[in-house]
Amino acid sequence: MKQFQYIRSVSQKAAISAITQEPKAKFVAGGTNLLDLMKRHVMTPERLVDINKLPLRDIKEENKGLHIGALALNSTVAEHATIVKKFPLLAEALNAGASAQLRNMATVGGNLMQRTRCPYFYDTTTPCNKREPGTGCSALNGFNRMHAIFGATPHCIAVNPSDMNVALIALDASVQVSGPKGDRIIKMQDFHRLPGDQPEKDTILDKNELITAVTIPASTLTHNHYLKVRDRNSYAFALVSVAAGLNLDGKTIKVARLAMGGVAHKPWRLTAAEQSLQGKQVSIEAFQQAADIAMQGAKGYGHNDFKLKLAPNTIVEALKIASRI
Amino acid sequence: MEKENATPNPRRDFLKKSSLITAVALTPTAAIKAADNQLDERIAQAIENVPCSIEINGTKHTMKIDPRITLLDLLRERLHLTGTKKGCDYGQCGACTVHVDGQRVNSCLTLAVMNDGKKVTTIEGLANGSELHPMQAAFIKHDGFQCGYCTPGQIMSAVACIREGHADNEGEIREFMSGNICRCGAYPNIVAAIQEVKKGGKNI
Ligand SMILES: Cc1cc2nc3c(=O)[nH]c(=O)nc-3n(C[C@H](O)[C@H](O)[C@H](O)COP(=O)(O)OP(=O)(O)OC[C@H]3O[C@@H](n4cnc5c(N)ncnc54)[C@H](O)[C@@H]3O)c2cc1C
Ligand code: SF4
Ligand code: FES
Ligand code: FES
Repeated sequence: MKQFQYIRSVSQKAAISAITQEPKAKFVAGGTNLLDLMKRHVMTPERLVDINKLPLRDIKEENKGLHIGALALNSTVAEHATIVKKFPLLAEALNAGASAQLRNMATVGGNLMQRTRCPYFYDTTTPCNKREPGTGCSALNGFNRMHAIFGATPHCIAVNPSDMNVALIALDASVQVSGPKGDRIIKMQDFHRLPGDQPEKDTILDKNELITAVTIPASTLTHNHYLKVRDRNSYAFALVSVAAGLNLDGKTIKVARLAMGGVAHKPWRLTAAEQSLQGKQVSIEAFQQAADIAMQGAKGYGHNDFKLKLAPNTIVEALKIASRI
Repeated sequence: MEKENATPNPRRDFLKKSSLITAVALTPTAAIKAADNQLDERIAQAIENVPCSIEINGTKHTMKIDPRITLLDLLRERLHLTGTKKGCDYGQCGACTVHVDGQRVNSCLTLAVMNDGKKVTTIEGLANGSELHPMQAAFIKHDGFQCGYCTPGQIMSAVACIREGHADNEGEIREFMSGNICRCGAYPNIVAAIQEVKKGGKNI
């Protein structure tokens, strides 16, 4: 690891000023992504601002919905009684990620900000626009089995690896942040970005902004399922994952929420497919039709062509399991 | 001296920046002096060390350490508690599993200084004197290992798995033990050992 300066911050204000003073500073929460990348010299911050002593761990129900502090652990959120009962998509998605040990370290804020697992991003001997802007994208014509089928550009075809993000976008969550210029709330839909010609930017968060919480509006979804397809049954990143939530009145779909992971540079909400389901009776045909709509505009890059078939099948399967037909 | 001054010195820049903030316990003037005098790495390093106090297996350790040292390296290299193993050093194998404030974590992906004020239990702290912990005894009884390299991590993880309430059946045990890889493939015997301890119903 390259040398850095370590600051243990005791207040939100001190943390934000410590990050603002140093251009190459980073917050550290669980450390499970940042330290991994620092050991490999993929990220080389000169200052680490440890935020673990800040009081941002609370999970509470509010009349508008749910508030989850940025430092709440992935395991705590996944086991939280209210979340298991009222937001099962989030609990299921978190439990599908990483391992029990990592979930005991990983925080909600860190999970939101985790970087791609593109092997070239990790390999400092290869070109990568995300790691070193302007050097090129090794995955475009390289080994791209894990890569995007939606919203990619020749600058970068990487995917966002998080399971939690897929559930959060399906649940219409928002991210609360605080920075030197004040506080703001960012909709999950807008938080992560597509690569465009600036793949070095994963999100619209400013370098000096601290995530303080995630909020989720009260959910009306009666039938939920998070389905993650991966190379082994556990402890592996998604090839494709689907968060499916339905509000069913008998067999009629009143509300549908669908999002996919492992397919784009950001968690991928399937709005058109959701609309196609609204008002319909639950049936394989309706699910198949929604999946076809969801796949419009998808593009494979060679090794990941299998996702063009796996993704719609996963959508149908997730909806089947959620609606129990 | 002339020659050295001609090339930019990152350490010196770094130390100068360090001195601008006060949150780390270092003496700014000493740090600047060290940088200006081009003192050797070791001395400069000592100045940048961060104070930190961690209770490990019941003993409190108060020290000043390089912030780059992971909890795993602190245990193995500094405190010579080599029971905890380094398999991958990247969070992928579970060999380094220890308990921090009662929760199982990968000690390779946390900095020692981030564990200030915490209580750490390693495999060395599990037995009660010469009496093996029930999980250790069960691993021996069920042949829950071959080469033994993953075993300390498996045992620490297994104890936590039961304490968390994630050992109700084989499927759940396999899922919640998936963060511990066994290159020798002792999985069936590991599951059997955990099931026996769980069925024994002891408060472990
Ligand atoms: C072997 C392995 C397997 C994994 N498998 C999965 C998986 O299957 N699914 C999955 O979803 N994830 C998986 N992960 C990733 C894991 O979920 C992330 O590493 C974790 O969520 C990051 O959280 P953290 O608190 O440790 O973040 P850190 O490593 O501390 O930080 C990550 C980034 O977030 C920034 N950050 C942290 N907190 C804040 C804040 N409050 N405000 C602003 N910025 C902040 C940091 O500056 C840093 O850039 C895996 C990780 C490993 C090592
Ligand atoms: S896909 Fe993105 S992260 Fe991967 S090599 Fe290309 S630019 Fe880098
Ligand atoms: S050494 Fe820590 S997980 Fe492998
Ligand atoms: S016993 Fe050899 S790795 Fe598990």
